[in-house]
Amino acid sequence: MFRLWKIFSKGLIMENPIFVLALSLCPALAVTTTVINALTMGLSVLFVLSANNVVVSLTRKLVNHKVRVPIYITSIATIVTLVQLLLQAYAPLLYKDLGIYLSLIVVFAIILARAEVFASKNSVVPSFFDGFGMGCGFTLAMLIIGTIRELVGNGTILGYNILGHAYQPALIMILPPGAFLLIGYLVGASKLLNEYLEKRQKARGEVV
Amino acid sequence: MNDYLLLFIGAVIVNNFVLTRFLGLCIFFGVSKNLKASVGMGMAVTSVIFISSIFAYGVYNFILVPLHVTFLTTIVFVLLIASFVQLLEMVIRRYLPALYKMWGIYLLLIATNCVVLAVPLINIESNFSFAKSLVNALGSGVGFAVAIILMASLREKLRLAEVPKPLEGLGIAFIVAGFLSLSFFGFSGMIK
Repeated sequence: MFRLWKIFSKGLIMENPIFVLALSLCPALAVTTTVINALTMGLSVLFVLSANNVVVSLTRKLVNHKVRVPIYITSIATIVTLVQLLLQAYAPLLYKDLGIYLSLIVVFAIILARAEVFASKNSVVPSFFDGFGMGCGFTLAMLIIGTIRELVGNGTILGYNILGHAYQPALIMILPPGAFLLIGYLVGASKLLNEYLEKRQKARGEVV
Repeated sequence: MNDYLLLFIGAVIVNNFVLTRFLGLCIFFGVSKNLKASVGMGMAVTSVIFISSIFAYGVYNFILVPLHVTFLTTIVFVLLIASFVQLLEMVIRRYLPALYKMWGIYLLLIATNCVVLAVPLINIESNFSFAKSLVNALGSGVGFAVAIILMASLREKLRLAEVPKPLEGLGIAFIVAGFLSLSFFGFSGMIK
């Protein structure tokens, strides 16, 4: 049980896909203008990542090593198409907002990386937790970025006015430059946080 | 003619792929540490986007649409582009070794990358004609090259600067990209 928790939790902070590994950045910047878009994107990636890890892990003994990458890509693309069709049917407005970035989940480095590094070598349950943890870390990062951008750039969260009508929205946060600046500072902040966590672990005498 | 020129300039500057649409960031931040590598990457991306747009246009209009399976676009395009890039790599390694030395390694990096997949998808979403797809592809590639070369030059200067410790590396790269994006934003009124 402890081992599974470890596999799950490393994706959250220590190996956060966006802040630490700096993988799959395109959507983190492009669709985080509002919280709801960020959340939908996060959950879609969470689903694709866990589902693909399970598929890759289940088929790891059948797949010839030489052709594994095209097979992973096909599997990812199939799951992404499923998500696209589902969103198109049940949440057409969100589907329109996310637009092309939803199809681009196929080429997210993080998904292929987890399949190659983890799922192709481990059994189903740990692979699922690995994908789930990485997906949660991704969603968490998207939520943080989305909340800050919507709050500062529009004065709202999920469409509800938080800062009052007297607040002058800082438009730059919704525009592309603001996204780059914000992520830059967040990457710095997560580095500080990780250093602090490592120190604390060492002080406790645990092996990192 | 005017139309095409506007589309081209729009793709290079106003809707710059990296700086306003956030595509290809992995390569953008990964390769821009080195100016020479950035030039090679810019060329490789431009040519791959251009050629794969041609293929994608053909496959979409002559295979997917007549068979009514347009929902398979994503899968088909990914596989199409990945296999095409692999082929291109083999051909270049065999027949043009000098060129291969220059940007062969970048080809494999872009086999599954968002820039290369995004351009054909955007072409289809915007209902571009064949000629317009080509212009858009060329403009997007050139825009990517301009952005990555500018960024690489900035980062070479940055090496001499004293950066606060937590922001070293990726953090400061993002902040620099933010200012670069801000300056490109100045062009946004140019084309409606």
